[in-house]
Amino acid sequence: MSSLVQSTIEKYGKDATRLMDIITDIKKELGVLGKGEFTEIADQLGLSSVEVEQTYSFYHFFSTDSRAKYNIYLNDSLVSEMMGRHEIAEAFEKSTGTKFGSISSDGLFSLHNTSCIGMNDQEPAAIINGTIFPRITTYRVRELIQQFRAGKEVEDMVNSFGGGKNQSDLIKSMVTNNLNRRGAVIFSNYEPATTLNKLKDLKPEQVIDEVKNSNLRGRGGAGFPTGLKWDFCTKSPGEVRYLLCNADEGEPGTFKDRVILTEIPHLLFEGMIVGGYAISAKEGILYLRMEYDYLKDYLNAILDDFRKAGWLGKNACGIEGFNYDIRIQMGAGAYVCGEESALIESSEGKRGEPRNRPPFPVQVGYLNKPTVVNNVETLCSVVKIIEKGADWYKAMGTKETAGTKLLSISGDVKYPGVFEIEWGMSIDEMLEMAGATNVKAVQVGGPSGRLIGQNEFHRTICYEDLPTGGAMIVIGEHRKILDVVKNFTDFFIEESCGSCAPCRYLTVILRNKLQKIIDGKGVTKDLDDLVMWGEQMKKANRCGLGQTAANPVLTSIENFRSEYETRIEKGKDFDTKFDLNKAIQNSSRYVGRFPQA
Amino acid sequence: MNDQVKFTIDGKQCTAEKNTNLVEAAKMNGIYIPTLCHLEGVKPAGSCRICNVKINGRFMTACTTLVVDGMVIESNTNEIQELRKIIIETLFVSGNHFCPACEKSGNCELQAMGYKYQMMVPRFPYEFEEKEVDAKTTKLYIDRNRCILCKRCVRSIKSKDGKSIFAIKGRGHKAVINIDHKLANQMTDEEAMHAMETCPVGSILRKERGYVDPIGSRKFDHKPIGSEIEETVTVK
Ligand SMILES: Cc1cc2nc3c(=O)[nH]c(=O)nc-3n(C[C@H](O)[C@H](O)[C@H](O)COP(=O)(O)O)c2cc1C
Ligand code: SF4
Ligand code: SF4
Ligand code: FES
Repeated sequence: MSSLVQSTIEKYGKDATRLMDIITDIKKELGVLGKGEFTEIADQLGLSSVEVEQTYSFYHFFSTDSRAKYNIYLNDSLVSEMMGRHEIAEAFEKSTGTKFGSISSDGLFSLHNTSCIGMNDQEPAAIINGTIFPRITTYRVRELIQQFRAGKEVEDMVNSFGGGKNQSDLIKSMVTNNLNRRGAVIFSNYEPATTLNKLKDLKPEQVIDEVKNSNLRGRGGAGFPTGLKWDFCTKSPGEVRYLLCNADEGEPGTFKDRVILTEIPHLLFEGMIVGGYAISAKEGILYLRMEYDYLKDYLNAILDDFRKAGWLGKNACGIEGFNYDIRIQMGAGAYVCGEESALIESSEGKRGEPRNRPPFPVQVGYLNKPTVVNNVETLCSVVKIIEKGADWYKAMGTKETAGTKLLSISGDVKYPGVFEIEWGMSIDEMLEMAGATNVKAVQVGGPSGRLIGQNEFHRTICYEDLPTGGAMIVIGEHRKILDVVKNFTDFFIEESCGSCAPCRYLTVILRNKLQKIIDGKGVTKDLDDLVMWGEQMKKANRCGLGQTAANPVLTSIENFRSEYETRIEKGKDFDTKFDLNKAIQNSSRYVGRFPQA
Repeated sequence: MNDQVKFTIDGKQCTAEKNTNLVEAAKMNGIYIPTLCHLEGVKPAGSCRICNVKINGRFMTACTTLVVDGMVIESNTNEIQELRKIIIETLFVSGNHFCPACEKSGNCELQAMGYKYQMMVPRFPYEFEEKEVDAKTTKLYIDRNRCILCKRCVRSIKSKDGKSIFAIKGRGHKAVINIDHKLANQMTDEEAMHAMETCPVGSILRKERGYVDPIGSRKFDHKPIGSEIEETVTVK
């Protein structure tokens, strides 16, 4: 038994539900885990070796080999591509002498693609040994690799600090906030603990009622009424309950939670305490995506301050019997873990596969106890609602959508960044606000949302009209829509958990069909097939990922059909360029038949 | 004490005990809802999606649903049949299914489903992805060409101390079934046979035991899958 495995497992109390943390710690030391480690861990935790490998192999940052001295994960989101990812990738390959998906022969560098890392406002960006390198140019690539070869450490190459708290001692990151517009709720004047001090004069039911009255709806995308969710949870039988905060922020194009976590984490933790108090939770867990690992020490230090101030721990906030603490659970690279039941599975040390529902998390959640999962922005809103009242909150926004919303705007805009708006702004106004002209399309709500064209720019951002979790990707006139669709479809293929047959493989079939059209070999029937097959995805799959994975295909055919039509062979029923001899090349070779290519 | 609930499937009045699994409840009423990943008595996976039905207008998987009073269920509509057929075809092209050479042919639930839904040829192109066969254990071999990732084995085949002998490795379309060599080597002959029978397709196979049942006497050689359930209707 290696002492590393042994001590790591002991650090987490030999608890199999902490398998994520155990693997994370061991992986940091070894760079890769193999059969030996799986067996050692399994024996200690009472699992089989394949069960450990089952969790390990699910997560991108576990399963990729990071044994090099410098492990480079380059974002492959659409906006990264729009901002010149291709040249950067080439430059990395050239200067490291290795290809993506492999380690250089000298063992110095490994190159990996990675899904959106939450830096769409400063692309192309990469993560190198956990440190974020935003706004990379080819010059910077050469410089980095040269200096690494000369023995420089990753920290030595941090040559500027982004604004705000990014320069605090515990972060020291080059990431910039790009907080372009403050609003009335989240990024408004904030006096820490105002709400916490109010809490002891309120009963949990009163807190829930106030949140209910505010009409606050969840900001993670689904828009479920927050007060009602809390109410359901408290009405589920059982003494022990949990509050999980969803900071997985994996939808390509969203990065607003990153700015909250950097600038106003006190507000978030306050929200987690208010929520925990309202549902009488035993513990709060902040599920933080691995991409934001650079914020972890800083966040933990703030939690320590909270404990010292008596806001967490025994009789928290001076409330007799309210024993409540918060811990951080790191993810390991899986978009689907943002889905609330997958988030729970992952927090229990398992593969992030969404659960079948019912039962819902409010009934059977973390460790099978009633659990509330809320988005970062939702919990921040709650603090202000308790401070200033439901009526104050409701006065903002539209009839059915109260309050403000953080938008993450990126792509072809002058001022990419986070904007806090009142619900009810039109897309036209939004584009003007962010400085976007000559816009062909806007991807509302990220890949799982809708791709809309100019004829819909008058529509307003709110649940009655255009609902969104806040990711707004602006696509300029000069872009090709099919490139957009291809990138998003690849994303879903990469991120599907693989549980549902259609999500696992129909996505691949759709992508191949799309590629056929991009290659100029498509016919009209291919478009009909894409629509017909894509429609099945909505019906067939278990969770939101699979149900929306065909949205890029479907909404682009709906709104940009002409871009497909210019690529297909018109008036033809089949691919006339099909080369039979080429297609049967392999079999001809095996059986010695001719012609052979 | 009456826990019986009333519900309808495609307009037919049905009754069952409250909170019965919908697949079983339908079966008791002589209605066959096709399943592949479902295994009676084992926690449902809801992964193959073939049992999709519409409940009160919404798509849901029957194997993960418990019946409650007043449910209105659609199952044999054109829309749902088409969806099921597409799923079957997806499963065929995502693997490499050369039925004539497969020991499970005739006993295979996927093949039987292909017949039932009158699949002549999948509408999707084959990718013929390379899949690894694992024959490293003493009693079993795993032919991943045929695995449909239903997780029946993952959920139900355990060692004496409750550990999983089978597990998934990887995610998305790269996910494959994985077998724990150490634990598999400790399986008894009966357990190995049981593992083979648990698999709906020919992915888990008992070594040294090929083609025991002659063609013509295999499970689905004469009657389509599900007919034994539907026949009880005509008998009534
Ligand atoms: C594939 C998928 C990914 C998701 N990712 C996130 C996420 O990163 N952050 C988030 O808050 N919600 C995400 N959600 C929504 C969550 O399931 C859940 O609705 C939300 O966290 C609830 O919090 P709220 O009510 O405060 O919005 C995702 C959903 C799906 C289907
Ligand atoms: S829809 Fe896709 S991501 Fe969601 S559970 Fe099914 S396979 Fe997993
Ligand atoms: S091996 Fe058989 S039982 Fe196991 S997941 Fe694959 S198809 Fe299902
Ligand atoms: S049988 Fe219900 S999803 Fe497979």
